[in-house]
Order: sequence, then structure tokens, then C-alpha cells
Amino acid sequence: MMQFILKRLLSGVITIWFIATATFVGMHVVPGDPLADAKAMSPEIRKNLEARYGLDKPVLQQYGIYLSNMLQGDFGISYTQKNRRVNDIIREHFSVSATLGVLALFIATIGGIVWGALTAVYKDRWPDAVIMFFVVISVSVPSFVFAMLGQLGVLRLNQWLGFSLIPVAGWGTFKHMLIPALVLGLGTMAYLTRLMRSSMLEVTNADYIRTARAKGVPPLRIFFKHQLRNAILPVVTVLGPAIAAITTGGFVVELVFAIPGLGRYFVQAVQQLDYTVIMGTTVFYGAFLVLMVLAVDILYGFVDPRIRVGKSSG
Amino acid sequence: MTIFGYVYVLGGICADIYLSSKTIFMSIHSVFTLLHSTRFGAVRLLMSFIILLVASATTSATGVNYSARSIAIAISQEPPDLNTSTSTDSVSFMVLNHIMEGLLSYDQDQNLVAGVAESWELRSDGATFTLRKDARWSDGSSVTAHDFVFAWRKVLEPSTGSQYAFILYPILNAQAINEGKLPPSELGMTAVDDHTLEIKLFQPCPYFLGLTAFSVLNPIKESFYLERGQRYAADVSDLLFNGPFKLTQWVHGASMKMEKNNHYWNKSNVWLNTINVPYITEDPNARMNLYRDGEVAMASGLNEESLLGALHERMQIKTFLDGSIFFVEFNYRDKRISANKNFRKAIQAVFNTDDLVYKIQGSPGSYPVYTLYPRWMKGVKDDFVREYPQAKPELNIERGREYLALAKQELGIESFPVITLLAGDSPGSQKISEYFQTLMQQTLGLEIKVDAQIFKQRLAKMTAGEFDLVMAGWGPDYNDLLTYGDLFASYNLNNRGRYNNPEYDRWVAVAQSSLEPKVRMAAFNELQKIIADDVVIIPLYERGAVYVQHSRVKNIARRAIGGDPNFNFAYIEPELELEPEQEKQSP
Amino acid sequence: MKHFIPTPNDFLPLVKAEEAEAIVRPSLSYWQDAWQRLKQNRRALWSLYLIVALLGFSFVLPVIVSLDPIKQDLTQLSQSPGLSRTSVIVETLPWSGRYAEAAISTANTPNTEFTSMTVADLRLVANAHTESVRLTWEPLAGAAYYRIYRHILVPSGSTDLGLPLGATERPAQVSYEDRLKLKTTDYYYSVVAVNKAGVDSLFATLKVSAHHATGINDAISRGLLGDVIDRDNVLNTEIQLQQHILGTDQLGRDMLSRLAYGGQTSLFIGLVAPFIFVVIGIIYGGLAGYLGGRVDEVMMRFADFVIALPFLLFMILFRVAMGIGSGESGILPMLIALVALSWPSIARLVRGQVLQLREQPFIEAAQLMGANSSYLIWRHMLPNVMGVVLVSLTFAIPSAIFTEAFLSFIGMGVAPPTPSWGAMCNDGVKSFLSHPHELLLPAVLISLTVLAFNLLGDGLRDALDSRMKGSR
Repeated sequence: MMQFILKRLLSGVITIWFIATATFVGMHVVPGDPLADAKAMSPEIRKNLEARYGLDKPVLQQYGIYLSNMLQGDFGISYTQKNRRVNDIIREHFSVSATLGVLALFIATIGGIVWGALTAVYKDRWPDAVIMFFVVISVSVPSFVFAMLGQLGVLRLNQWLGFSLIPVAGWGTFKHMLIPALVLGLGTMAYLTRLMRSSMLEVTNADYIRTARAKGVPPLRIFFKHQLRNAILPVVTVLGPAIAAITTGGFVVELVFAIPGLGRYFVQAVQQLDYTVIMGTTVFYGAFLVLMVLAVDILYGFVDPRIRVGKSSG
Repeated sequence: MTIFGYVYVLGGICADIYLSSKTIFMSIHSVFTLLHSTRFGAVRLLMSFIILLVASATTSATGVNYSARSIAIAISQEPPDLNTSTSTDSVSFMVLNHIMEGLLSYDQDQNLVAGVAESWELRSDGATFTLRKDARWSDGSSVTAHDFVFAWRKVLEPSTGSQYAFILYPILNAQAINEGKLPPSELGMTAVDDHTLEIKLFQPCPYFLGLTAFSVLNPIKESFYLERGQRYAADVSDLLFNGPFKLTQWVHGASMKMEKNNHYWNKSNVWLNTINVPYITEDPNARMNLYRDGEVAMASGLNEESLLGALHERMQIKTFLDGSIFFVEFNYRDKRISANKNFRKAIQAVFNTDDLVYKIQGSPGSYPVYTLYPRWMKGVKDDFVREYPQAKPELNIERGREYLALAKQELGIESFPVITLLAGDSPGSQKISEYFQTLMQQTLGLEIKVDAQIFKQRLAKMTAGEFDLVMAGWGPDYNDLLTYGDLFASYNLNNRGRYNNPEYDRWVAVAQSSLEPKVRMAAFNELQKIIADDVVIIPLYERGAVYVQHSRVKNIARRAIGGDPNFNFAYIEPELELEPEQEKQSP
Repeated sequence: MKHFIPTPNDFLPLVKAEEAEAIVRPSLSYWQDAWQRLKQNRRALWSLYLIVALLGFSFVLPVIVSLDPIKQDLTQLSQSPGLSRTSVIVETLPWSGRYAEAAISTANTPNTEFTSMTVADLRLVANAHTESVRLTWEPLAGAAYYRIYRHILVPSGSTDLGLPLGATERPAQVSYEDRLKLKTTDYYYSVVAVNKAGVDSLFATLKVSAHHATGINDAISRGLLGDVIDRDNVLNTEIQLQQHILGTDQLGRDMLSRLAYGGQTSLFIGLVAPFIFVVIGIIYGGLAGYLGGRVDEVMMRFADFVIALPFLLFMILFRVAMGIGSGESGILPMLIALVALSWPSIARLVRGQVLQLREQPFIEAAQLMGANSSYLIWRHMLPNVMGVVLVSLTFAIPSAIFTEAFLSFIGMGVAPPTPSWGAMCNDGVKSFLSHPHELLLPAVLISLTVLAFNLLGDGLRDALDSRMKGSR
């Protein structure tokens, strides 16, 4: 087990190095000028600025400085927010994205399991049809449409009530998170519902269920104790990718609901060619993904005794 | 140490996630306890959510609060830089104009009034400012002439890398200092005593007083600046204020709060206690929805869609000219087709500015322009555009085709190659460039390709001259026509098309060196004539910003120069007893 | 009835038939079998029809009917779907306005009195139509200038006058011409006089109904009048406007054309990118799996790196890094980025399959019988891998379409004026409340496409799954 984790960690470090290098190369072939501003500047002022960001050095040396700073956990100073460190920016904005992501994932998982189980129980009857219809809709409609409709719905609700029950946008309290998290988690919820449904159906015909039934175990007990528990397993496997998708995929939701998350900040940084923020964010997200996938792999080993991570990964 | 660095970053992030998600986990926890305690879990779950919502509904911030003397607004982005010596953007200037004050400042109607200086005198070779004795920093210490000397030298110091350093160039030796040829101590300004500031100008500067109201020229207290070092202006505690308000809360990317500064000399004229900025969002729709929901006092950047909603909901709609002039600029570099005058005249002859503004943009408050100057800048006595009106160029498609044929002859080409129009990637500029593209195709048969680029890439291409035509705009740096007029002087770095006309330079020099309004205005008139006759640019429109504003909030200053909007002298009218429901919009 | 009379020949043994054991029914290959089962799946079949219809709409329709996705019809901006519309031809000459004698405006009225006065006789100067509305009123003593407002509801108070259209330029001017995006609805115009001290008078309101009109020059240059040159005769006549069955967008471009051409972009990216990266994935994964050993390890490690890249972040980065040159559509950069980031998952899949297949007895048998590599690959490996690959291809298509839509939506997609469904949604979002068709039409098409490919993918998976054989 320990060896497996160490091996994965090592490959994770190499992966992060790969991401860092890819981003660095990407940033240096980008046409455009990170220092440019609406008002032109004289060559003297420009020189002063270049020196400030170390852009006057040869590219290879810049790469070296960038890597060594990164190793020390320092992503440098933002180009657009001239007196903020990228570390602070990531910390402040990622916590927002992560909070939203956790809630979205929570909603998606609970919703997915509940709906999935329901559809399996009521297979080919109307609850199944209704839920699967909504699943199909939420898989096929782009998230920005849902975000717009969600905001509009909240607005209309508030206008109808005459006071602000749920804020239409912004960030701060739990109320601010509800609708964005729901919109963000919708796709994943639909996916998990489908997954849960098929895995429930598979389990229904399993031998141990039949045995339990034959032994006269009450149906509800069979459902909770045997069916649900075993059917949840495949759901756990996709949680890793789901976390990744949700925490990094919040751009649109963050944009529509005015949430100060890292995704929105990243899009802004790209548009303004804020080199240090772009590189910092990408590397950080890369590291985050690597860790998440690893964590889920380990978790899976604990949940499913049939799988021994140490052996399976040769 | 490498490991420690990561531990620091990740640890901090974890702590933050923990703190900010505490609310979530707590509510999740409470939901679970409820679930455990009852058989009807689902019902209780729903109920707990509703309780959670309703309980906090009453605490939500309101856009306008008369009794607390507070208003709330949403801004479009986090202020990137509150260090006055390096700040360059409008959002930072907006905040800075509340928390800082220069020698002079602007009143409600854009007039220059006393700020830190109580009296002043401008001569052709210099200026003297007498500072008021009761001007204080937010730590209680006096604002002195030395604070200005320190701040202005800081702006010019090469290592600061200030992009607005050029604005100080009228002062003796300023340019040489900025280029590193002289030490900052050689700057032509001295603090005679704590309350007298003496400036030496190297050439007459008629607009110098206006400059002293500009944020970049605000004072900085030396001891405080040195103490904070790199962190100066990075956070609330890293700033010292001398304006009507002080920044008391700054959650990066999320919210800000400004509160009345009790050390401000003119505090009796400041009505508001608090300016809340609970929302930072670049999405105008979100801002509009916040306004609709009564959570902010005003919303700017309305588009056609939100305007329609605003009309239906009977909101108070206002417009103001934000000082930006937009135009199509030509590339005059060698061998460019756009350097041919007849080619430019052809475009001028077919381009319908009115259609663009009224039909395509369709946003109230914007005006078609035929010159480089905005309509609100002063001439000798009245507005300049009324004293020296510039006629609208005649629209004539036939004439345009003739010009184009002439251009073809002069250039010795069979047919025109595809012309590149460099443009921004914002929806607004896409709309205009697509209209331009279609119009040129339909009238002149010219094929235009639009090169839509993100801001920094567009700037890089403009500087490198990789375009035939470019959609450009210009906003004022100071309150004088010269900020527009010298734009196409051959030496101006913002003249990205490299237009070079000695005649033009000559008139700019006249306007620069004279203190006599009549002479200067005549010179500005000559400049706008050259622009029309030589088709230096195709002026498009003067931008009017449309916004909705709570009807009980008064005296919000909207201005093109100095931070916009400004709430220094804003106040709230009490709610009328007769109409308790006034605030609520009828559907 | 003829009686059967046996002959000696009838008692001879039959000649041994050559093909007694021949399979009489047509033999079904793997693909034919899969196709048959797919045909039984109604949902998948309908999805297939839908996909064909969408492809036809995007790629065939523009060939049959001439559609122009770029041409702007300024007489019909943001027009909702509908059939033909008519318009009246009008002259659009500039109007100099109406001016009062200067004496009245210089008169001095006390502020208190001024606030309770209104301008008198607010009226129309000419017919009101969508090209221009011309107003005039009687001058008010003491007014420095007048402000003009336009509302779509009856004004309820001085802060509810509607859009501030502008102000008169000179004190003597008592007229205003409104040309600002006029529609064929009722408008309430209000005029407020302002004196030198900046004090407002009360407002006067006039209701105006505008009818649809087209400027004569506009109509001629647009070819709405045919070859008629006689300007005086056509004035004030009614003409038929261009038809836009699905309406127009905010620049007056035909929605139907844009949807069709937008579909070309979206479907092109959605179909071609997955196809390319699947091919790359097959080659890469197949090679890795087939060669095995050290090479396999290195190749797959590299694939793992690429998988680890945060997908959307790198899509945006790639898009910006490659840049969009002038006049380019931006389709190519997106295609390349999509391919560059998506191939490894297919490669992994194929490699896994190939590794499994290598151990299968029939491969061993073929090897023993002297089959060479290329025979093995073409005859055995590829057909067996294809099923799995085809299923993931069908699922890769909707996600590629989503990616395109998403990127275009946040403004990082194709460059205008190239239409794509995602970019159209981005345009439409801004006017969602007033002109919902601009967002809904492209959003519905995206949803339909994604839905169809998902259902088809489900069907294919069922059809190709050998475990399900004979289950229906």
C-alpha cells in the first residue's frame, strides 16, 4: 500500500512538472504583451516594468527561476493586481470554488443515489419515466442555459414574494450557494442517476439478493442493507473525476452568479495575459487533480474489499 | 525549504476552505441530526432548509438605508491596484477618489475646488499651493507638502514603473528623472514648509491645476510607505487615507466597505456613513438583477435587454457621457493601402455614423461624432463643440466609389486585397466591426476581414502595426482638450497608426505652449479640421453610459475625469410617509 | 390426378450432396448482427434519423436554398419568428428642427414657479414611423434647454419617464427627432424643461404609435424595390420585407441561415475532432499495446501526463496560445486543442483491449498458423477493438459539441462573424428576456444533437455488447 502511494506520488510530481512546463511554453508562445495597457508607454517605463517581472532575462533563465520559485511554493506577483501575490489569489479564490464544488458534489451525490435507486425500484413505471426524462434533459442542455434560467427563476420568485428570499447573485452566505451549487451539480447528478440505476438493476438479480428474499428478509431491509449498499460502489469510482469536473468546471456558474471563484478569475487572467496567475492556477489545479484521483483510488480500496490497490496496479 | 513552501500554501488553502465551508458543513450536520431524530426525514429536511432560508432572509443587505446612512453598490472588478503611484484603471480610480484627496478636487459639477490645498496660484513658469492646516491622514497626522514631494518623486522614479509618469512631465526635470538621467531629488518641486508647495514648470501648462486632482498625484506618507514596503496598498491595513472615506474592509474579489473618515477636514459635508461594495461582478446582467432585487443602489452597463426590463419595471434610467470617443484609426505605415488619402475618403463618404449609433447600437445617451472632441469639454466660454461645430461629412455612395477608383489608380492595383480590421472581442465591438464589414462590402465592394483579439493581443498588434484599420477609443487623462488633441501628433506613442503631419504637430505645439484660451481653442479647431479634411480617422461615437439609479439617492456624481461614480457628496432622501411602498417596483 | 409411378431410378442412393451442411440463411458478420440489433432499438433508430436530419439541415439545406448568415437586415433587427412583414417606403432627409424666438428663452422665471410649469402643445411634426419620430412643443419662458424621454408605459412620476433620449442643443430649439431603434409599438414621449439653475419643470407626455417604415435609400440599396428608379412614385407605398421564418438576431441577420451555418461549425467540430482523436488514439494505443514492454510503459506514461492536464483550463490556454489570425474562423485552433487533449483516453482504452486480445487463443492460433503482423492487426485486432471504440466515439461527439458551445459561450470559441450554436447562445443570452428565440433556438439544437448522440451511443453499446446477443 505504502509503496503504491509513494509510486503514485512520484508520478504525480512528474505530472505536475509536465503541466508546469506545458503552461510555461504555452504562455511564451502566446501572441500579445502582458505589460501592454490602454495607454502606450515609453521604452524607458517599459524597461522598468520588464525588470520588475524578470522579463528582461533570457527565456531559459526565466524557466529556471519559475521552476525553483514554484518548488518553494511561490508563484510570484500578479501582473494585473500589482501588489497581490498569486499564492494569496489562489488561496482566496479557490476556497470559494471548492466550497461551491463540495456543496454541488454533495447535492449531486445524494440526488444521484436517491433518484437512481427510485428509478430502479420503479423500473418501467411512471416515476422511472419522469426521472429519466429529467436526466436526459439535464445531460443534453448546456449548463449556461440552466444557470440563466436558475437566476431568472430566483428573481421571479423574489419579485413574487415581495422580498429577497434567495439572493440572485453574489457570495457570502449559505443562501448564495444553493442555486449555483444545484446548477453546477446537475450534470453530475444526472450522470450518477444513470449509473446508480444500471448498477441497482444489475444487483437486483444477484444471488445474494435472491437468497435473502428466499430467507424471508423484509423487502425494505433487503433494499437498504444489500441492494443499495452494493450498488453504490460504482458511484464511488466516478467521484474522483466528478470532483475534478465540478471544481474546475465552474466558470459559467461563477460568471452568471457573480461568484469570486478561481475559475472565473482564471478566464479573466487569460484575457489579460496575467502570466503568473495563469501558470500558478494551472499548476495548482493540476496538483489538485492528481491528489484527488489518488485519494479516490485509495478510498476505493477501503470501500471495496475485493480490490487491493497495491496489487492491481502492478 | 521546498516542502515548507508547499505546506504553507496547501495549509493556508485548507484552512480557508475549512473556514468558508464551515457554514455548509454545519448545515449539513444539522440536516443529518434532523434526519436521525425523525422518521419523516424528507419532510424535516425540506423544513430545515426553509427555516435556514427564511431565518437569514431578513439580514440581507439593502441597497439604500436611510437611517444607517449607507448605500450598497456593485463594481465590475476587483480594484487591481490601490497604490496611487502605479494605479492605471478606472475601478481603482473610483475607489481612490473616495479614500484619497489631492491638492485640488472636483465638485458635483466637474468644477475644480480646494482639496488639501486651500489656495493656489498658477503662473506660466510654475505654481504655488498653500495647504490647509486641518488636512489629516486617517492616523491623525497632518498631510504636509512633504507627502506630495515624496509621492510625485515616487511616481517618476524609474524603479516604480509607473505608467502615468508622463503626466508629470510638465514639471521641470520630470522626464529626465523618469528616464533615469537625473536623481529624483532634482525634481522641480520643493516643500518650502509643511504647508507650502512650490512647483517649477518647464513649459506653460494651462491644465496643470486639473492634474493635481488626478489620483496619481495624491500624497503618500513617506514613513508609512517605507514601513509597509512591498505590501503597500495590498490590503486595508496597508493603506493610509486622507479622503472623505476610509477603506475598512476588503475581501479580495468579493466585497469592500468604505466608511466615513472622521479625520477628513470637510467631513461635515459628507452625508453618507458607509459605502458598501458587497458584489464584484463583471456581468452586467447580474448587476442588473441585484438592482432589481433591491440589493444595490445603482447598476451601470445596461444593455438593450436590461433596459427593456427597466422600462417595464419603471426604474429611473439615466445616462451620462463617460468621456470615451470611439473611432476607426488607419495605419499610415509604408505601403499600407490605408495610407492612401482617397481610400480613406471613400470610406468616409459611405460610412453612416448615425445608423451605427441609432440603429446598430441603439443605446440612449451615445452620440454620433464627427470630430475628436467630446461634447462636454469647455471652449473659450461655452462648450467647445458649440463654439467650433464640426460639420457632418456628406454621405454619398457614388462619390465613395469614385474615390476608391482614384485610390486604385494611384496605388496602381487591379483590385483591392482583403483589408484587415483589428477589433476587440467584446460583444459591443463585435457588433460594430461586423456592421462595418457588411457596410463596406455592400457599398464599396471592399472585402474586410475582422481580426477580433483579446485586449492585450490587440494592443500588441496595434503597437506592432499589424492592421489596416483598427477600432480604437480614447478616454481623457485630464480636463483639457489637449488630452484628445495631441493624440495624432507624430511623437505620441498612442498614435498607433503612426500618422505623421508636421502641420498637425505645429498646431499641437501652439495649444501646448499658450495660456490664452482663444489662441488654444483656435488651434484645437485647426486640429479637428485636419482630422476631417485629411480623414485621419473615422470618428464613430461618443459613449454614453446608461444606468439605473435608486430614485431616493441624490447627488451621485458621474464624471469622465476623476473616479466614476463618486459618492462623496451623495445623500439619501427620507422615504415619503404617503408612499410606503415606493421602493417596491410594480411589475 | 396423375398417379405417381415409381421407376427403378427412384431406388438408387442419392448422390452425396456437396453442400448439405452449408449455411442456408445469409451469414451475419459482427457488424451486420450489430446493425440488426440496433434497428430493433427504436430510440436509437430515431436518434439516428434525427442526426441525419440535423446534418441535412446544416450541410444540405444551405446548398439547396441560398442562405446568407452574415447579411444584415437593418430594417428588421431582433425580429421574432414569423412570416412576411410589410413596410412603408419613406424619405429620410435630415431635419433641421424648429426654433422659437430667442426672447422667450431668456426670460426669467423664479425657480418655485418654474417647477410647476409644463411645456405646452407637445405634438408630432410628421407621421411617426420606425425611421424617425419628430416632436415639437411650445417654448417655456426661462427654459435653458429641454430633456426628452421615451417610455413604453404611461409615465407615473418624474422619476419614471423612461429612456432619457437626450437634450436639445440650444435654448431656442423646441424640437427633437428620435431615431433610436424605434419599434412598431406605442411610445410615450415626455418633455421636461430645465432652467439655467438646473431646475426641472413638470413633464408633458404624448402618446405616439409608430408604424413600420423603410428609408428609400435603404430600400434601393437593399434591392427591395427591384429596378424601380422613380423615387416619387414609390414613396409611401407598401412593400414586402425580406422573409425571416425564424426571425433575426440583434444585427438583423437571418436566424435560419445562422442556425444552419452554425450547425456546420458545431457539427464539424463535434464530428471531426472526435474522429481524428479516435484515429490517433487507435494508432497510439494499438502500437503501445502491440509493442508492449518498455515502449508501452513510456508511451502510456506520456498519455497519463496529458490526461492529467486540467481539460478546460488547457482548452482555453491552447486557444489563446494559438491565437486567431485576422479573418480566421477560429475553428482550427479549437479542433487542434480538442484533439491534442482528448486522444489519450481512447489510446488507453485501445491499449487495454489490445493487451487483452493478445492473450486470446484465436490470436495465438493465428500466430501459430503463420499469420504476419499486418494480417493480425487488420483481421483480428482492429475489428475486435472497433466496437468499443465506436461506442466511445459516439459519446465523445456530444462532449465535443458541449466543449465548443461552452468555449464559444465564454467568448473563447470561434471568431465572429463565424456562427456556431455556442456563439449564438452567447449572443442570445443578452436579450433572453425580450427576444428569447435568439437563445432558445440554438440551445434547443445543441440539446437535440447531444441527446441524439447520447441515445445512439446507448443503443450502440447495447447492440455491440456480445453479452446481450440474442436477448431480444
